[in-house]
Amino acid sequence: MNERDRDRYSRQIRFSGIGLSGQQRLLDARVAIAGCGALGSFQAAALLRAGVRRLVLVDRDYVELNNLQRQWLYDEEDAECARPKAEAAARHLLRIDDQSKAEPVVADLDAGNIGEILDGVHLILDGTDNFETRYLINDFAVQRGIPWIYGGAVGSYGITMPIVPGSTCCFACLYPQPPAGVQPTCETAGVVNVLTSSIASFQVSVALQLLCECQSESCVTTIDLWGGGMRQRPQPPARADCKVCGRRRFSRLEGRGRVPISLCGRNAVQIHSLRGPVDLLLLKKQLLPLGEVRANELALRFQVPPYEMTIFHDGRAIVKGTTDAGLARSLYARYVGS
Amino acid sequence: MDLAMAKNVTISVNGDALEVPGGTTVAALLQLLHVETAQVAVELDGKVAQHERWCDILIPPGAKLEIVRFVGGG
Repeated sequence: MNERDRDRYSRQIRFSGIGLSGQQRLLDARVAIAGCGALGSFQAAALLRAGVRRLVLVDRDYVELNNLQRQWLYDEEDAECARPKAEAAARHLLRIDDQSKAEPVVADLDAGNIGEILDGVHLILDGTDNFETRYLINDFAVQRGIPWIYGGAVGSYGITMPIVPGSTCCFACLYPQPPAGVQPTCETAGVVNVLTSSIASFQVSVALQLLCECQSESCVTTIDLWGGGMRQRPQPPARADCKVCGRRRFSRLEGRGRVPISLCGRNAVQIHSLRGPVDLLLLKKQLLPLGEVRANELALRFQVPPYEMTIFHDGRAIVKGTTDAGLARSLYARYVGS
Repeated sequence: MDLAMAKNVTISVNGDALEVPGGTTVAALLQLLHVETAQVAVELDGKVAQHERWCDILIPPGAKLEIVRFVGGG
């Protein structure tokens, strides 16, 4: 470690939990951040400042004005230019530390690319906004024996939990299937800006301990910042009958469980979700404050310019105005939940 | 219903003491608490209670339950 880095990280080196050897481990680590929204952009800045310069930043979306309320790393210029979040994050990280080696990857993580994008990382931080990608990450991480740290936040409530293969239960042990029906999302239910940074801080704290090889009890942490308080308790043991970590069946890595998508007409994408039935009246109520919505018992049409989403009772949807499957998935995750 | 089954028992839910009728199942407890079942995992005395068995699992007196809500936003 050079003199400049000894000075830069001096307050961490003096902290007995990290020390010089822990700091060197942080400098040597390569960490992936899956999703660079509210959780991921905070994680990226916090990890870089702690000395993790080799970050793989994966995100499929662009910075929008409504992100700036909670996505600390971005600014108005990013939103005006509609900069891809992964690239915007990497640019800002270079201003924090000119030795940053952050690698932006503008992509939708899927079974076909996850092996290549996350190859060689020591740890994965969850900054995604949907369950589908989390189950994929869980399969990948358990198969390769890489720790990952789940985090989720909506409204004033958030949750985080580390998954350390061989040591803790996995995501599927506790929660074998993604939820069916309409789910609250940050778009429909809103989100308190310091909730996401709180959850991301817990995730980074666990990441630092894992990277520094500090022993600590693995906990499920839940927080409700609007009067509900915080709760931490030990994770339950892994389930021997868990399909993923017990039986080692990685169906999502084989592409199963992935919602199929097809082009539909000249400028539309169909999402063949099988997760229904969707309560269309409930969804209408959630979407009304966000734009024009028309619904009957069979279908709901929602204008989110320049796109138009039609969601059917069985969970299927058609997104008009794009041929980009990743964008269609993103809109579905934002407005219906996945 | 068996008289012994009907007698209230004290259990703990997310750290708070709660009285429920003896013989209450995990599924009945969630209904009683108006919990949206699609979004939660349940631990009973430190072990995950399998979702497909919630209707069959009787909660014993003194049991410690954790109802953990998962969310997808980020």
